Amino acid sequence: MKYLSEYRDADIARTLIARIKARATRAWTLMEVCGGQTHTIVRQGLDELLVGAVELIHGPGCPVCVTPLEQIDKALAIAARPEVIFTSFGDMLRVPGSDCDLQQVRARGADVRVVYSPLDALGLAQRHPDKEVVFFAVGFETTAPANAMAVFRARQLGVKNFSVLVSHVTVPPAITAILAAPDNRVQGFLAAGHVCAVMGWTEYEPIAEKYKVPIIITGFEPVDILEGIAMAVNQLEECRHVVENQYVRSVRRLGTKPARLLVDQVFELVDRPWRGIGQIPMSGLKLRHDFSAYDAELRFGVSDIKVTEPVECRAGDVLTGRLKPPQCPAFGVRCTPERPLGAPMVSTEGACSAYYSLARYRTAAPEEAAK
Amino acid sequence: MTGTVNPAAMQCPVPLEASDRVQLGHGSGGKLSAQLVACHFLPHFGNAALLQLGDASIVRVGGGELAISTDSFVVQPIEFPGGNIGSLAVHGTLNDVAMMGARPLCLTAAFILEEGLSLAVLDRVIGEMARAARDAGVPIVAGDTKVVERGKADGLYINTTGVGVVDPGFRPEPTRAVPGDVILVSGPIARHGMAIMAAREGLSFESAITSDSAALPPLVDALRQADVGVHVLRDPTRGGVASALNEIAVSSAVGVEIDEAALPVPGDVRAACEMLGLDPLYVANEGVLLAFVPEAQAARALSAMRTHPLGADAVRIGRVVAGHPRFVALRTALGGTRIVDLLPGDQLPRIC
Repeated sequence: MKYLSEYRDADIARTLIARIKARATRAWTLMEVCGGQTHTIVRQGLDELLVGAVELIHGPGCPVCVTPLEQIDKALAIAARPEVIFTSFGDMLRVPGSDCDLQQVRARGADVRVVYSPLDALGLAQRHPDKEVVFFAVGFETTAPANAMAVFRARQLGVKNFSVLVSHVTVPPAITAILAAPDNRVQGFLAAGHVCAVMGWTEYEPIAEKYKVPIIITGFEPVDILEGIAMAVNQLEECRHVVENQYVRSVRRLGTKPARLLVDQVFELVDRPWRGIGQIPMSGLKLRHDFSAYDAELRFGVSDIKVTEPVECRAGDVLTGRLKPPQCPAFGVRCTPERPLGAPMVSTEGACSAYYSLARYRTAAPEEAAK
Repeated sequence: MTGTVNPAAMQCPVPLEASDRVQLGHGSGGKLSAQLVACHFLPHFGNAALLQLGDASIVRVGGGELAISTDSFVVQPIEFPGGNIGSLAVHGTLNDVAMMGARPLCLTAAFILEEGLSLAVLDRVIGEMARAARDAGVPIVAGDTKVVERGKADGLYINTTGVGVVDPGFRPEPTRAVPGDVILVSGPIARHGMAIMAAREGLSFESAITSDSAALPPLVDALRQADVGVHVLRDPTRGGVASALNEIAVSSAVGVEIDEAALPVPGDVRAACEMLGLDPLYVANEGVLLAFVPEAQAARALSAMRTHPLGADAVRIGRVVAGHPRFVALRTALGGTRIVDLLPGDQLPRIC
């Protein structure tokens, strides 16, 4: 467990919390970009331990949360076809489309399977030559290299019955969109370590400079996150705003070149809508023309599925920190973890779902909530 | 327990589900499972014995009481490190009977076999099953076999029913947890679920994680003989420790607080869970029990369990509190708090 246990050390974590609280002369508003970081923060209760020094806004870095309704509906349409084995990472299965989710499509007879790697989906295609195997390629720059590799290998091996439904998004345009909003409250970012392990951090340097915000490349363990927060608070207290790297054990300034080259060879940038947020220019990835034979949207003719997001779901305001989930009129009434209107209520670390459990708990234990 | 229940008057406590079909999540032991039972089964089957909703039902017979439990086993793969579907079918049902404090008397077994199943596999399953029953000293006294066409079942399914004799002096029940109780767990958690997951197609780890599948009655006997006033016993199978604690918190209308640093998760299990994005608290166990005992008897209960190999690593993981009734809260290693809720359905591996 080298490089792991020390980043979970409770004593080091407590020291960092004390240091952050001593350093902060006011409550700073930071956004952690990545869903993995949100997961650690919620699971460890870090936000609660930092009250008064730092307010953490859970950012749009959960690929499940930001995959647009339109792409989910396309996935549902493809998965329902009898010749298709539809494969996906597990947590996409419960994300509601317009009228159902992948689990319900499976209950109606579709062949929907959870895989842990896109290469497993490719293997499935080789073992089932009579079937069309489709992989739901979602995620940020972190999953892009593996997804690119699956398409690249499919072409290399001549596997014709494999295709991908691409819904990739990239982080820097989302950070820019949040900062450019007139009512932005975010004063500093914890950028996603794994994304930067692939891409490096040169893209973040002009953003930090233009919007005068510290951006800290941060890992995923409790000590990583607290160190990242301490570095951001330090910069804010000193009126500095540069990109700094907390995740030195994994990230270099230029990222990982072979992974970047592969992504660049297979994908190109495209405008992409984010669920609840809307269109963000050049924020998504699509397959390049050379690889369009593996594009499931073209293969199954679902490109023309267009859906309007339900107006009742204010996920966009939540994901950009403008609205606290309990302030949403649908929260806990028309929208619950059992019947989510939008994705932040689906995943256990989604901002809405986390607030939902907390609110119920605080009703049960008012005296504990007060302390 | 003698009152009559009018099933027609029963209210379904949860909103009707959005789906018109059974989903896999209905079998996960989470909220969907609870909803399936409450909205579809209880309105028709409801009676005083069934409505106890314990691991086993208590039925009066003459001057005494019997504990009766039934369970079906559909595990895939049929054989896994640490056991097979046959030993699991014996352990699972014996454990449910034992969680009522009852002494298992006998078992029945029903088999649904798929056309084409290898007889060598069937023999291994039956062999393990017989050995498990023999080791526990509980005979299988009735049985049935059915064969279905190829494709209509996944190799074989087994249903077992267990009957036990209730000990009037030792009656743990899910409703008996009270503030001040200490929560003990008899051994390392999350092994069975991760062993199954690792044995499934496409997942391989450096070392094989073995299932904890085991018969728990001897451990219950150890507690009984040590004269521990156990309030609640529960084997946290499907849905894991988190779901079992939630059910007890609701049944007893108390708050449960557990200490993350105290949870016994073996290193290889933890690593596998992290790799797959799963929380060990929600992963199934088949040879571990949770015991709620008065604080003053906790040390005695722990040493009683530790005298048995199955309880050698028994530890205290939390306590019952008066605050936040019906909620399970977890104190993190860093001193934060998080709520450990029931999952809506199956635990889904996370992308990030």
